[in-house]
Amino acid sequence: MADAGMLRFHVPEPEVRPGGTPDFSDVTIPKAGSVPHPEIDVDPRDIRDLAFSIIRVLNRAGEAVGPWAGLLSDDELLEGLRHMMTLRSFDARMQMAQRQGKTSFYMQHLGEEAVSCAFRKALAPGDMNFPTYRQAGLLIADGYPMVTMMNQIYSNEADPLKGRQLPIMYSSKEHGFFSISGNLATQYIQAVGWAMASAISNDSKIAAAWIGDGSTAESDFHSALVFASTYKAPVVLNVVNNQWAISTFQGIARGGSGTFAARGLGFGIPSLRVDGNDYLAVHAVAKWAAERARKNLGPTLVEYVTYRVGAHSSSDDPSAYRPKAESDAWPLGDPIVRLKNHLIQRGVWSDERHTQAEAEILETVIAAQREAERHGTLHAGGKPSTRDMFEGVYGEMPPHLRRQRQQAGV
Amino acid sequence: MPRRTMIEAIRDAMDVSMGRDERVIVFGEDVGFFGGVFRCTQGLQAKYGKSRCFDTPISEAGIVGSAIGMAAYGLKPCVEVQFADYVYPAYDQIVSEAARLRYRSNGDFTCPIVVRMPTGGGIFGGQTHSQSPEALFTHVSGLKVVVPSNPHDAKGLLIAAIEDPDRVIFLEPKRLYNGPFDGHHERPVTPWSKHELGEVADGHYTVPLGRAVIRRPGAAVTVLAYGTMVYVAQAAAEETGIDAEIIDLRTLLPLDLETIVDSVNRTGRCVIVHEATLTSGFGAELSALVQENCFYHLEAPVVRVAGWDTPYPHAQEWDYFPGPARLGRALVETMEA
Repeated sequence: MADAGMLRFHVPEPEVRPGGTPDFSDVTIPKAGSVPHPEIDVDPRDIRDLAFSIIRVLNRAGEAVGPWAGLLSDDELLEGLRHMMTLRSFDARMQMAQRQGKTSFYMQHLGEEAVSCAFRKALAPGDMNFPTYRQAGLLIADGYPMVTMMNQIYSNEADPLKGRQLPIMYSSKEHGFFSISGNLATQYIQAVGWAMASAISNDSKIAAAWIGDGSTAESDFHSALVFASTYKAPVVLNVVNNQWAISTFQGIARGGSGTFAARGLGFGIPSLRVDGNDYLAVHAVAKWAAERARKNLGPTLVEYVTYRVGAHSSSDDPSAYRPKAESDAWPLGDPIVRLKNHLIQRGVWSDERHTQAEAEILETVIAAQREAERHGTLHAGGKPSTRDMFEGVYGEMPPHLRRQRQQAGV
Repeated sequence: MPRRTMIEAIRDAMDVSMGRDERVIVFGEDVGFFGGVFRCTQGLQAKYGKSRCFDTPISEAGIVGSAIGMAAYGLKPCVEVQFADYVYPAYDQIVSEAARLRYRSNGDFTCPIVVRMPTGGGIFGGQTHSQSPEALFTHVSGLKVVVPSNPHDAKGLLIAAIEDPDRVIFLEPKRLYNGPFDGHHERPVTPWSKHELGEVADGHYTVPLGRAVIRRPGAAVTVLAYGTMVYVAQAAAEETGIDAEIIDLRTLLPLDLETIVDSVNRTGRCVIVHEATLTSGFGAELSALVQENCFYHLEAPVVRVAGWDTPYPHAQEWDYFPGPARLGRALVETMEA
């Protein structure tokens, strides 16, 4: 028992800081294939342990094993690999473009490519994602043009958002990708509202909410879970636990809850944890949750256990708060390497074809970049007009804005 | 023409809108089965079903946040925050999301929602049942802010707000719910049934957003008012005998500047009155606009009569509330300046 007397204030700390040796020995990784696959109409109380385990399909040998395996064909997996490789290549080029001063800001997905790329393939046309700034894989996997993404990043004359938004804050209704906001967690409850609207309208579409580990501490996360639970909204509540919220380790947001998935249990929401670096596992769990939603069985919370390999953003230097080699020590490895090994193990891929694919993808990305740059970059070439700055605040421009636009000389 | 209280007029506006457009959805705390703590949604759930009118958990951020998601889907939510004093947990959703969604997505997504909330004091509501937070919304580009002062306008403005393609903050002065109030708390209150603005037509009509109305034509001084203060201004004009022109702004954002400037250019004097606290209140914006647009016609400084810069007190209700005596003194001073 604690001694009576002086209270002591508790502040959680990550195991290791810069200069230390990365250590994930306290992270329990269950064997691939060891977690059961419940029926989608399961009573949430019967699968409480799934909120504390990790659903995994790919084992160390690159084989797909267990009850969550076997959903995807060779072609689908090859496509998934291409999506992840494209996102990584895209990230690298855009990060470089930021360093070259072609844009002001960029955020990479390094290490988290499987989460959004595999999830997208579990959705149907018309479903709506409410993403954060780190799910561009949803766009890539849905065939959204890379050139358009770059136009947005460059805030050029072809930017679909007319230069009004910070780079990477994409929006595409057509591709089921809700407008990204800089304000964290706000979209989580909006996703629930969208799902409620679909149910109110007796539609068959579902919503997917997205949030990071750090932002689960925002109050909108709580509102979303309450509303999703109360109205049994057809929504998949995704928590991407990449271990880091800028410089803050996930223990600060998680507190004593054990896992982020465990947060869902108190709301009576079935809650699963999945290996976020396992394309097959992410897809299988996403499909399970999406089917539950579509069959009117209500919301599911899914925690993707992954690691943010890159810096938080182009304005961040992780070496100031975590060991440099920490990502190499991450026990769930690299999602691209793991899927690649699986495809090789399946006999439909090889190191040579992988290297060749890398080169082809890079070429495609560079071609897209060249095309985007013909429309301008942040400080050079074509740009959105000053007039565009005043448009779209309201459906119809009110008199005071018209006066200000005239004052601005446009 | 039937007479209705402001509560009945507001309920009728939602009833008419829900009847015309099945995308209109009404929800909030105690709004469903019970019909709202002020009875504004009484009978709507019975008439339109639980999918169209329902109770929510006590979460203002949840109410507004889910409404934004519904609007993005294609519905037209008209939601209630029980008191304007409790809108702050939803402030992030209103300012960062609802107000900007159209702009930041270049029209890819829009947010046609109405957030209704009872506002204002004069009811011994103390600190958290009396606030007038309109300036916190008029400062936000992308919002529309409406404050009706009578049943006829309340219905027409609310239908217009629900039909508006953008988000509207709809502030209902709860002091006016059952009858007009001029600040004379020592006198009995007249119900709306005895007031001509209690005449509310059946069926569909709108009062356009962004247009003020002159409640009392006058030549000596222009009074800019909204909500409860419209009646306080009328009492002050009557009691001082000053021929004040009283403008009921009705919509604060976008503002009907033309009506204001036209009036002040005729009268040469302007007094602004609101319940909200003075510093950085909406009166500051009005004062600046009058000064910028009517400078060469002004014969006296623009005066603001407002709530004191304190939290809204309980026991000192009538020392706080800007009543006809305080406004009357300002009118006299302005005429003598």
